Amino acid sequence: MKISAKSATLLVLVVLILLSPVLFPSGYYYRVGALIFVNAIAVTGIVILTGYAGQISLGHAGFAGIGAYACALAPVHLGLHPSLALVLGAAISAVLAFLVGRPILRLKGYYLGVATLGFGILVSMVLNNERQLTGGPDGMEVPELGLRGLLEDAGLDLTNGQFWYFFCGIVLILAAWLALNLYNSPTGRALRALHGSEVAARTVGVDVARLKLQAFVISAVYASVSGSLLALQNKFITPDVAGFMHSIEMVTMAVLGGVGSVLGAIFGAAVLTLLPQVLTVFAEYEQLVLGLVMMLVMIFLPQGLLPSILRKVRGKDE
Amino acid sequence: MTALLSVEGLGISFGGLKAVNDVSFTVEPGEITSVIGPNGAGKTTLFNMISGVYQPGSGRVVLGGEDVTGMAPHLLARRGMSRTFQNLQIFQSMTVLENAISGYHLRERGPVLADLFNLPSSRRRAAQAQAGARELLARVGLDRAAEREAGNLSYGALKRLEIARALALSPRILLLDEPAAGCNAVETEEIDHLIAEVAKSGVAILLVEHDMKMVMRISNHIVVLDHGEKIAEGDPASVSRNPAVIAAYLGTEAAHADG
Repeated sequence: MKISAKSATLLVLVVLILLSPVLFPSGYYYRVGALIFVNAIAVTGIVILTGYAGQISLGHAGFAGIGAYACALAPVHLGLHPSLALVLGAAISAVLAFLVGRPILRLKGYYLGVATLGFGILVSMVLNNERQLTGGPDGMEVPELGLRGLLEDAGLDLTNGQFWYFFCGIVLILAAWLALNLYNSPTGRALRALHGSEVAARTVGVDVARLKLQAFVISAVYASVSGSLLALQNKFITPDVAGFMHSIEMVTMAVLGGVGSVLGAIFGAAVLTLLPQVLTVFAEYEQLVLGLVMMLVMIFLPQGLLPSILRKVRGKDE
Repeated sequence: MTALLSVEGLGISFGGLKAVNDVSFTVEPGEITSVIGPNGAGKTTLFNMISGVYQPGSGRVVLGGEDVTGMAPHLLARRGMSRTFQNLQIFQSMTVLENAISGYHLRERGPVLADLFNLPSSRRRAAQAQAGARELLARVGLDRAAEREAGNLSYGALKRLEIARALALSPRILLLDEPAAGCNAVETEEIDHLIAEVAKSGVAILLVEHDMKMVMRISNHIVVLDHGEKIAEGDPASVSRNPAVIAAYLGTEAAHADG
């Protein structure tokens, strides 16, 4: 039986998430794993925006910031349950992406990059400066999600690390499933078409402005959910989540792993989340090593790590 | 009979230079109308104005009785206009089949949420488009290459793929910009047959082509441009005898034909 690329990707993902804990030397690694999944969710959104539709954003951390602070603020000020706060954050991000995206998606290439960069910086500035509301650069506390307690009552006793590992893993699988569905759907084809040739996409009837906006909104929701999950598991959040470096990190992870493929991008997220853990000895050189890795990938493996490796493997088989 | 497409006094200038000036002609359903002229005569510019890529500086484009001057290409597509490009515009990293399916965009598109969640409605739309695309590929002789990445195809095959994608829209009018450019004699003949067949099915065809033999063979009507202006118009026989045309464009070839 021939299995589709979609089923294969999901299967690999499920197996990796379920079996990796066997190799964990300590409970600490559940936390690293959860962090990988949270990053991978945002990066999957970047795959839709950049890999499918060919549009660049250097401001997606702004949406992560909105998702994160929605979970910190909405329970306190609106009395919402943290899980509903996550949904509220995603909705706000979607509306904001729609409003911001309309004018700036007319821009191309570098200009689009700079405009989205501006948006990200704007969100970061608001979070830093609205001290009464957000606590400014010192950050603020985020209420407990409470789901772990419910599971415990139901007889499923997980450590905090285990709970977030599996919870974020499930959300990631859902996120990957949606992105893979999109890839082979009419909308996904139209996105990839406008990526390939905007002028040709227009002549087959693709409303380019509308499709770009859809990709932008979807990827913003991904970033927002990622930010919310980060805030909820850390129970504390600072404006760094919306910072410029976080935006760059998302794009770097996607490009490193291979922005055209969901699994590749998740792989990129895993590598770049793990590297700083492995490189703690070189703490001072971390940025240097990251930069070097990035340059080497761009020069030698421009399609990203995973697709290049797969191509090599298949090439040898033939 | 009212024309399907009528171009009325169309003109455009680039930085003071009149690239196309006051060009008028009509295109009828089921007929092949060709625009010819020397390099730089403004053929592709004229095409780009008709298909909404450029905003015309003056004049009107009327499609099926509706003024569509300067209308965006995706809106023209909805009104039944489809085109190919001189320098291929294929979606290189997609498969041949996906390229053909993309021509069905207007019929397969639907709510993005249905696509995200892979709902039955989304799958049904995609399956219908795929079935249509496979038929079209068979029609242009590319059914065996369906699963290949489009970027790996030969030039002639890509030309046919582009025509297949344009046909997927079930257009009322098809604009072909040098469909045979860069193709060998065999490939040219294949494309030639394909165009004639499409015209026979009632589609209006507007063609820009350099291959004079092909133009003379398949056209019902020829419009000749030189320096952005229409210098002659008529059936192939009358155009090839027109002194102004011979002077501007056919000069050497006509001399060869006589000798």
